[in-house]
Amino acid sequence: MTQKAQPKHKLNWSTLRRLMRLIFKTYPLQLVISGICVALGAFATVAGSFFLRRLVDNYITPMLRERVPNFAPLIHALIIMGIIFLIGVVAVFLSTEIMAIVSQQLQRDIRNQLFQHMEKLPMRFFDSTDDGDTMSRYTNDVDTLRQLVSQSFPQLISAGLNWLFALAAMLILSWQMSMVSIGIFILSLFLVRWMTNESHKYFQGQQQAIGQIDSYVEETLTGQKEVKVFSHEAEVEHQFIQLNDAWGKAAAKANGYATMLFPMMGNIGNFLYVLVAVAGGFIAINRIAPLTLGTIAAFVQLSRSFSQPVAQISQQLNFIVQAMAGAERIFQLLDEPVEVDNGTITLVHVTQDPQGNLHETTDETPELAWKTPTASGTPKLTRLRGDITFDHVNFSYDGVHQTLFDISFQANQGQQVALVGETGAGKTTITNMLNRFYEIESGTITYDGINIVTIKKADLRRAMAIVLQQTNLFTDTVAGNIRYGRLSASTADVVNAAKLADADAFITQLPQQYETEIDGSNSNLSEGQRQLLSIARAAVADPPVMILDEATSNVDTNTERQIQGGMDNLMKNRTTLAIAHRLSTVFNSDLILVISAGRIIERGTHDQLMAEHGKYYELYTGKIDLK
Amino acid sequence: MLRTLAKSVRQYKWPSIFSAVCVLIEAAAETLIPFYMATMIDQGINAGRLSVIYQMGWLLLTLAAISLTAGVSASWISSYASAGFSKNLRQDMFYHVQDFAFADIDKFSTSSLITRMTTDVTNMQLAYQVLIRTAFRAPAVLIFSVIMAYTVNAEMATIFVVIIPILAVALWWIIKTAQPLFRQVFQAYDELNRVVSENLHGIRVVKTFDRETTEDQKFDRASTGIYNVFTKAMKLISLNAPLMQFVISVSMMLLFWFGARLIVFHGLTTGQLVSLFSYSLSILFSLMMFSMIFNQLTIADAAAERIVAVLKTTPSIQNDAADLKTVDNGAVVFDHVGFAYDGNPDHEVLHDINLTIQSGQFIGIIGATGAGKSSLVELIPRLYDVTEGTVSVAGHNVKDYDLTVLRNNVAMVLQGNTLFSGTIADNLRWGNPKATDEQIKHAAELAQADGFITTFPEQYNTELEQNANNVSGGQKQRIGIAQALLKSPQILIMDDSTSAVDTQTEASIRQALATKIPHTTKIIISQRVAAVQDADLIVMMENGTISQVGTHAQLMAANPAYQQLVQSQQYHEEGGQSIDTESSTKA
Repeated sequence: MTQKAQPKHKLNWSTLRRLMRLIFKTYPLQLVISGICVALGAFATVAGSFFLRRLVDNYITPMLRERVPNFAPLIHALIIMGIIFLIGVVAVFLSTEIMAIVSQQLQRDIRNQLFQHMEKLPMRFFDSTDDGDTMSRYTNDVDTLRQLVSQSFPQLISAGLNWLFALAAMLILSWQMSMVSIGIFILSLFLVRWMTNESHKYFQGQQQAIGQIDSYVEETLTGQKEVKVFSHEAEVEHQFIQLNDAWGKAAAKANGYATMLFPMMGNIGNFLYVLVAVAGGFIAINRIAPLTLGTIAAFVQLSRSFSQPVAQISQQLNFIVQAMAGAERIFQLLDEPVEVDNGTITLVHVTQDPQGNLHETTDETPELAWKTPTASGTPKLTRLRGDITFDHVNFSYDGVHQTLFDISFQANQGQQVALVGETGAGKTTITNMLNRFYEIESGTITYDGINIVTIKKADLRRAMAIVLQQTNLFTDTVAGNIRYGRLSASTADVVNAAKLADADAFITQLPQQYETEIDGSNSNLSEGQRQLLSIARAAVADPPVMILDEATSNVDTNTERQIQGGMDNLMKNRTTLAIAHRLSTVFNSDLILVISAGRIIERGTHDQLMAEHGKYYELYTGKIDLK
Repeated sequence: MLRTLAKSVRQYKWPSIFSAVCVLIEAAAETLIPFYMATMIDQGINAGRLSVIYQMGWLLLTLAAISLTAGVSASWISSYASAGFSKNLRQDMFYHVQDFAFADIDKFSTSSLITRMTTDVTNMQLAYQVLIRTAFRAPAVLIFSVIMAYTVNAEMATIFVVIIPILAVALWWIIKTAQPLFRQVFQAYDELNRVVSENLHGIRVVKTFDRETTEDQKFDRASTGIYNVFTKAMKLISLNAPLMQFVISVSMMLLFWFGARLIVFHGLTTGQLVSLFSYSLSILFSLMMFSMIFNQLTIADAAAERIVAVLKTTPSIQNDAADLKTVDNGAVVFDHVGFAYDGNPDHEVLHDINLTIQSGQFIGIIGATGAGKSSLVELIPRLYDVTEGTVSVAGHNVKDYDLTVLRNNVAMVLQGNTLFSGTIADNLRWGNPKATDEQIKHAAELAQADGFITTFPEQYNTELEQNANNVSGGQKQRIGIAQALLKSPQILIMDDSTSAVDTQTEASIRQALATKIPHTTKIIISQRVAAVQDADLIVMMENGTISQVGTHAQLMAANPAYQQLVQSQQYHEEGGQSIDTESSTKA
């Protein structure tokens, strides 16, 4: 279950600053233009209301006294007003369109950044982070950010400017009447504050309740068989009702306070509208201050656009606070430290001259060699063989609890090593050291005599392939999935690899054979067929070292046999590190390592170990419980 | 679809209606304000009569107060009603899901059902509130405002009659054009999610084959795919704002010009002009609200569909025509039973099973993972229904029993049994809610669980954490056995329920079962031959069929496969099942 982010009440300023910097750095020009346009739009709106005074006082009232009214000055003024309006419309058009585009670009850029960064993260990140949680950063969090940029920021600025311009216009018209507006405004600030606080309080309760419902539903669905076996439906429903009712109460209040904002502010606007008119009339009639009819009319109109922004601003501010939680989660992922890679030794294609000397080549020759840069400038080439040694390797996942203790063994070119032991003994961890999914704490691991720390990670990994228990394919064609092992593989290479993996038989039965599209997660292939494909993928890569994690999943006997055959073919003439479950793999190994609690407790061939009558003997004869 | 959803309104029908009424009152009061404002300006302010100003002022303040009260009430009541509606909806879903057979749950998947009961229901809550509040408000404000504008000045109101359809058509066009684009956006998102998900799951493959660059390109294609359609859609939707600004500007210009002319020719007063400005804004905003409602409901539509899909699923196992209320004994007969999880005979996991179990017998079932052992026994308490043939208990087809009666008499300890948050005693009482403390202790003793439970400081009142993380696997299994024993069943099924228990304790449990409940039929699935070698019958399963039946002695004498199994199968089998926890790769 993904962790629900708690709704936050306080704005995280540092995240906001970072976000603003990011946006401004990437799209400075667009943002400046858009900002100006927003201001022009707000100005045009307020100017419209303000014009009402001139209309009444400067044109209508004088014309009322004329016998033959002269409309020419009015037409003139209206044309100017029309131009202002037109500028406003164009400005709003530009600002919304720019922001629509900018926010989409931002969304794409941030997503690409996230992904490119994620691909560089160490295995630790993937093993310790919930997948659903990471996925939601790409979708929900980025989407929130997009809304923030395309809607909240512009609306906030626009509402703020609207309010400010309206205030300015009011003060110009009549400071006395403005006092009424400002008074009401202060009152509404308190009201808004109170409502948001109340809403937040219940909103948190609501989130908590939904979290409880979430885990309760999960628990009962996971234990659905228990519920049925014990006919426990009524009790479960009773408990659910309690949680659900608690949610209902909190949700009603949280939402009640939140939705109250708009009728409240709207009607405060109505009060203001009335009070301003009454005050205006009172002031004008008692001649407290010179107020014309036009001034009052314009003021009354302005008062409408004075109260509305308050509700909008408060709503957008709330959204910004919430959106910052999303931004924080995005930055958090972007701040994850990437995999360190200080290796300088690379893997290159070579040719051999008649004297037996190696020469680097750009051609895709079948021969590969390690290229070590030297001080003299002429790099040293070492032929790729597949010798592996572990020398006093210690490792801990968390720096506190040691997982591997003093692991030492040697696997020469073409040798097979079987790792045997109970769950959690550290078998997979040992293989994770070799391809540097994790970094060892002390000791050394060498590949062809070269310390693997000095090899560039990508090249190190290219020098070996893994077949995992859990088969992961990608959405692509069958051929594309096999070619994943080596992009330059020809069609013939792909078919050969499939044949080696015993996968060719079922592939040729597929509707489009090698060109059949498969879905990475939920394909029409059976688990066994997927495993065969992953073996073919490793085969096409054709490295001298293989890491095999034998699967034990439910496949029918026939497929099981094919998988075994494929695996055996794959091991031929290769250095193999196998986490073994099949007896045949164990039997045929040159070296069996019995792992227990992170240590190698026994080592040798099958016969040697059986003779020892130790743990291996017990495991083999089934005398001890693996749990 | 709406009819299915409407069933969940129930006791919130009147609040919903009342909320709508409040909304109408609010809209009416609100639209009256500009009308009397005109009177106040013209006859009060312009005429210099304070009494009129005060009189109108009070009237207007009263109207504003009514509008405020009605508006706030509508907010509260609609929040109450929509929370209530979605509460009912969630409850209905939960109840319905309780009736689901496993095949039905598998169809949706647990996580999807959770999303439907949380996120989707929340979307429905918002949509319902929009429906009973905003969806009434927008047309009410529109209609009232047009009427009032006509009342003020019919000539001027024609401006609106011209403008409203233009704006409406423009808004409609924007939505209509954008909608298919938004559907494409959703599809593009699926693509993006797929790439991310495949990378998260297959990161070891990506890193091993050094494919970061190709994956980056793949992702860029997906995110650019979103960018392309989404930008198109947003550019369209963003036209809303300038369109509104434009229409407002045009109306203002028209009002300025025609208003001024009419005033000069004494066809209109200044106050009336001011009120017309108000109406023009109200009308335009109500149209804007329409397009917002439409957007909201579009989002809710997908959620509603997903919810209705759950509610409309007919549980595949139904408790109907169930007359038998007692289970007389523990005899079980499988007669030509075939079974497929999806009911499709081509996908059968059990084929033509024939097996007769006498009441009180001890049956052991062994076989490789995936041989169909669990599927076979789950047919007895009807966790699944057979695809072919019949299963009968005590001489009657299991389908003839009342489901609760059947399940109360067939106790089953599930493979990898789940315990629920609550105390150990709470969990044990699942077997019998009325069980006394003595009965609970007795059952726990039989299951060899009393020993470890009493070492906990809180003993039987020890709280179990989520997923029962504070007890070991073996302890969990023993609690599960005690739970089942508390039912005093006719048939006790244990599906690999002692796999995490050490051999000695396992033997003690077997011993206790044999001596304390000798008349209960016991069906025990195990990977270990030792666990079933005392059985009256050992059933060997392979690939969904029964390959051999006999006693330990018979099988040892005559069956090479069994002999081999006894000798050598164990390392493989146990190694096989034990690896699963590590393969999840979460360190």
